[in-house]
Amino acid sequence: MSNTQIATPRQDLIYMVVLSAVVLTMPLWLQPFGAAYPDLMQKFMIFGIFAVGYNILFGLTGYLSFGHAAFLGVGSYTAVWSFKLLSMNVVPAIIFAIVLSGLFAWLIGYVSLRRSGIYFSILTLAFAQMSYNLAYSVLTPITNGETGLQLAQADPRVLDRMAGIEATSGLPSTNLFGLDGTGYTGFYICAVILIISFFIALRIFHSPFGLKLRAIKSNQTRMSYTGYHTRPYLLTAFIISGMYAGLAGSLLAMTDPLAGAERMQWTASGEVVLMTIFGGAGTLIGPLLGAGLIKYLENIFSAFNDTVLHNVLSFLPDWLNNILTAIISPFVGEGWQLLLGIVFMLIVIFLPGGLMEGLGKIRRAIRDRGQKPADGASSDKQHSTEEA
Amino acid sequence: MDAIFLQILNGLDKGGAYALIALGLTLVFGTLGVVNFAHGAIFMIGAFCAVTMEKILTLSVKVKDPSVTFFDAYKETPYLELWFGDTGSAIIDWVVPISIVISIPVMLGLGILMERSLIRYFYKRSHAEQILVTFGLAIVLQELVKTFFGANPIPVSAPDIVAGSAAIGSWIGLSDAVVYPWWRLIYLLFSVVIISSVFSFLNFTTWGMVVRAGMADRATVELLGINIERRFTIVFGLAAVVAGLAGVMYTPVLPPDYHQGMDFLVLSFVVVVVGGMGSLRGAVAAGFLLGILQSFSSMTEVKAIIPGIDQIIIYLVAVIILLTRPRGLMGRRGVMEN
Repeated sequence: MSNTQIATPRQDLIYMVVLSAVVLTMPLWLQPFGAAYPDLMQKFMIFGIFAVGYNILFGLTGYLSFGHAAFLGVGSYTAVWSFKLLSMNVVPAIIFAIVLSGLFAWLIGYVSLRRSGIYFSILTLAFAQMSYNLAYSVLTPITNGETGLQLAQADPRVLDRMAGIEATSGLPSTNLFGLDGTGYTGFYICAVILIISFFIALRIFHSPFGLKLRAIKSNQTRMSYTGYHTRPYLLTAFIISGMYAGLAGSLLAMTDPLAGAERMQWTASGEVVLMTIFGGAGTLIGPLLGAGLIKYLENIFSAFNDTVLHNVLSFLPDWLNNILTAIISPFVGEGWQLLLGIVFMLIVIFLPGGLMEGLGKIRRAIRDRGQKPADGASSDKQHSTEEA
Repeated sequence: MDAIFLQILNGLDKGGAYALIALGLTLVFGTLGVVNFAHGAIFMIGAFCAVTMEKILTLSVKVKDPSVTFFDAYKETPYLELWFGDTGSAIIDWVVPISIVISIPVMLGLGILMERSLIRYFYKRSHAEQILVTFGLAIVLQELVKTFFGANPIPVSAPDIVAGSAAIGSWIGLSDAVVYPWWRLIYLLFSVVIISSVFSFLNFTTWGMVVRAGMADRATVELLGINIERRFTIVFGLAAVVAGLAGVMYTPVLPPDYHQGMDFLVLSFVVVVVGGMGSLRGAVAAGFLLGILQSFSSMTEVKAIIPGIDQIIIYLVAVIILLTRPRGLMGRRGVMEN
């Protein structure tokens, strides 16, 4: 129940300072994990934003949307179009992406939120599949179909031309007022945006609005009996989370100016659900953790092949090494998603609160060891089952 | 007229596949109350039963090719052909029908295993958690299939005797030019047979009636001293068999690949929702209805008027139905309605 309390501004401040420090020093402390290269860290940030936004809907209200990848896709397409038509500067791209995905989310949310539970999931799923199929087929003039939307030399880029920036021999790269949108500067742009969007999420969590969303999750009927019309709150949450997704999409386009329809497929929506659950839905930092870990696993484990595995296990005797390699190899490399699926199932089965609940359990266990065991332990047990 | 007739047939055919998967989904939802996102994966595994069967039947050895006399040439000859000659090749040719027989116990076992080891722990949990855990299971199953069979579609052919097309036009007085592939006719017939046998099983056997009673009021049936949980487990197995058989039979129409399950899952969920959750008749009717709608909307004449309609028609129908009639076409009052 600790996270339902309204935190004091001072606590929020400490939270934000710690988070910012952790995020901004990522290139340093990720070094030993072999993940300190900009491409991957950008992915951490981008999917972190996506998951934090998704959590505002799913974590707070319990509405399971299976269509959020559509907003990510809309954000990407919008950003690439902004790069093509207006300027390689990311500011207009991000603004347009947020606005457009927000509008799109409003449209879909307005319709989908008429139903709840599984019907809501199916409705969002249907809408996302519709957008995906349309992006593939009829909307080809906008989305460039299967090939995906790309930059070209001959793009108008009106604002850039007006400012006298002419296309160089290669394709232009994205920038933020001269700062390169890729590489380390790109990572820092993403990191700052993540910190800002996390701060907004934190404010939402600790606001009366956030409390109302939680109330909807715990008992919508009672909520409406107390005189609240719940749908506007739900719709607002839906739109906000859609805007986060659009923002994430535009940042994806910033780091790699290419937008394709496969980003909108429903399994891609499943991925963000997975991240949120994995980290802990309804907690602040959980989705961030989940997004980071899943992207890290994806990156590390999908690069493992048998040779690498042999080398990693080379400290073992040969026969054991061979056996272990044979056992582990289906789970890494091409098949890393198998591992992901298993981990995901285990989390849902045994730890519905995600990693955050796991960490909380460990923390309580450590704290209780120091104190009188009997009474603290039993009340905590009750507590955790309540949460589950 | 000819074109319309063919589209109806096409639609019924596609609808047969949708209806079979949706039937299993509804059965599981109606009995166990579980929203099973792994049902598409079960369909896919059924299809891969046929692929495995073909792999087994065509296990080959290199044999000297007698037709080449000038130098030593070798060719791959399946053991069956080597041992039994023409009878062996005939067996290989009938791989899909043989797989049907084999896949029934396999799918039944798989379904019961799944229910006993995982699904039953989720009866009491929220639908969101059921969706999530079965979604995870679907990922695992599909990745396992990918590990064993690779990522490319694997074609399995229907028996030679039903290759080619039936001159269906001349049977019913349309032009002779109207032809339809034999196998797809068989698929249509097959889906009708399976659907009616599931219905008769539930309606005309005591066992099935008890299950239906359990769907309506579980507690009372339990009070009568009937082990309804075991029956529901078997129902889950039967749902898996239905989906698996649909998958096996579908292999000659569409070569199976590992993400086929996910593709069909979304469609069949839409079918279930349109038909009304928990209504078996609804699932079947909606399956055929949506199949026909889809095949009509993919006619060039229709596409000329509303471009892209063929891609979204199913979802569009689902959205309209959900918004106007949330319990679906034939859904029972009060099932997941709010």
